[in-house]
Amino acid sequence: MRSAWFPVLLTVALAAALTFLTLPIVAIFVDSSPGQLIDALGERGALEALWLSLRTSAASLAIILIVGTPGAYLLATRSFRGKAVVVTLVELPLVLPPAVAGIALLAAVGPSGILGGAVEAAGIELALTTAGVVVALTFVASPFYVRQAMAAFAAVDRTLLDASRTLGVSEARSFARVMIPTAMPGLAAGTALALGRALGEFGATLMFAGSFEGITQTVPLAIYARFSTDFDAALALSAVLVAVSAAILLSVKFVQGSEALGGAAS
Amino acid sequence: MLRVEARTRLGELELDVALDVREGECLALAGPSGAGKTSVLRVASGLLRPDKGQVECGGETWLDTERGIDLPPERRRCGYVFQEYALFPHLTAWQNVAYPLRGMSRSERRKRAHELLERFGIAGLADARPRTLSGGERQRVAVARVVARRPGVLLLDEPLSALDARTRAGAARELEAVLHEVEVPALLVTHDFAEAAQLGDRVGVIDAGRVVQEGTATELAASPGSAFVADFTGAVVLTGTARGGPSGLTYVELDGGGAVMSTDRGEGPVAVSVYPWEIAIEHASEAAHGSAQNRLLAEVLSITTVGNRVRLGLAAPQPLAAEVTQASASALDLRTGTRVTATWKAAATRLVTI
Repeated sequence: MRSAWFPVLLTVALAAALTFLTLPIVAIFVDSSPGQLIDALGERGALEALWLSLRTSAASLAIILIVGTPGAYLLATRSFRGKAVVVTLVELPLVLPPAVAGIALLAAVGPSGILGGAVEAAGIELALTTAGVVVALTFVASPFYVRQAMAAFAAVDRTLLDASRTLGVSEARSFARVMIPTAMPGLAAGTALALGRALGEFGATLMFAGSFEGITQTVPLAIYARFSTDFDAALALSAVLVAVSAAILLSVKFVQGSEALGGAAS
Repeated sequence: MLRVEARTRLGELELDVALDVREGECLALAGPSGAGKTSVLRVASGLLRPDKGQVECGGETWLDTERGIDLPPERRRCGYVFQEYALFPHLTAWQNVAYPLRGMSRSERRKRAHELLERFGIAGLADARPRTLSGGERQRVAVARVVARRPGVLLLDEPLSALDARTRAGAARELEAVLHEVEVPALLVTHDFAEAAQLGDRVGVIDAGRVVQEGTATELAASPGSAFVADFTGAVVLTGTARGGPSGLTYVELDGGGAVMSTDRGEGPVAVSVYPWEIAIEHASEAAHGSAQNRLLAEVLSITTVGNRVRLGLAAPQPLAAEVTQASASALDLRTGTRVTATWKAAATRLVTI
């Protein structure tokens, strides 16, 4: 009989990883009954926190997509002096501890930050406001999208763009008609990562925007606020966040799947 | 008329070419990889801007660096068939063909695309995605797509190299038909001299960024102007049909008449190749002697001295070239028009299935 130890080793490793990664998530749902879940949502502030999380995450995602997509395309398709530095700077927030990100944002655009005066003069209030939450989310989540989008654009065969242009279509329209659809699976993955990061954001939001119910208290902050006083409520809210995140992840997988099967017919 | 002139530095390569291609004519640029072949196509199509250059097509100026004219690729009417065809993977075959169509409704675009696919014999694949198509089918979609653009010039980058040997012969015939039909100048690049000879009305041999010789394939093979061209044109290539022959040899009936034997195995359509220096020459009147199994009657078309060797261009049912020593050439008293027998061994005869 042929030795089967290697496949067994692989299976054991995967099983260990799977158990470790899923056990805490399973525990959340085991510990909170469906009834508790609904009660927790009914609680004043919980639904408000969820609604705020979705709103702020959607707003920051919109900013990330609108600014990040062309930016990533430029970085992926052009070469210029200092490009490596630019890419590193764009990716920096990935490795920045969230608390540091919050402090850094305060130092930059906070009331007494280096651009604080200019921001105030423009009539925008960021610190301790919902807009501040959006800024914090955008700051920490954008590298997740931009990195993925860059890789997706770089992986597209450049001759497709050349072909489009020789077929009479300008670069801007070629970008929309060829580059975006071809890079779509990667862009969708980047969107999911950024959205996941934004929904789970805690440290930077707390430091920069504070934790005020209905204004800056997103779901992760609400969970933390309940943690010491009402563990069950914190647990239930966690379960809601897991469910929402999983739904987003699944819908992205669905988009990617239909894309791969050729769902992008014009 | 297509006119391309370009001088530009590309890394290590100094590209310096000037080409004219008439309406309905196909100029094949042949050369080794890195010779700058594709760069010429990119200059013509506007994907590469040379330091100095001019591109004119059908009376329009597309590029003139001196006058500061440089039309973007989308405004040059180029039918560029890319090496790997560059079909859009997210679109079906008909959507690919309809891509360059504009100023018409969706149903009109669809109808026109289907007509073109029909013309290339792949109407049944209209709704297929490129990745489900074979190499030959992809090529037809790519050609249909550039024809849909109504190009002022055809640019073909190694149109056959992505195909397997079996598909290649058929695809080459189809491409020849398209080239004759569209009646625009066509510029084709290839690393394969035989392909250039088959598809090009004229062949330009390009080396290190320069066209070193231009002429018909027969002219180039018969009288290469430089050692490089001689080497590049390399072997004589004949086509025919192979079947099993006597004593383990393969018998090849050549297209156009005559037959040769080879020690290689083969069956069906084949390309027969032999190096010119393997071919010996006898007077046609001489009785067969020696051990060479292959004998073809031919007429001397051209005589070129290369060093101490003499290269002979021979007219036979399919053109041949032979290389003999100067001594034997003078002993035979060869001149153009002399009728000779070209002989070579079955063991020196290579067969490639096509």
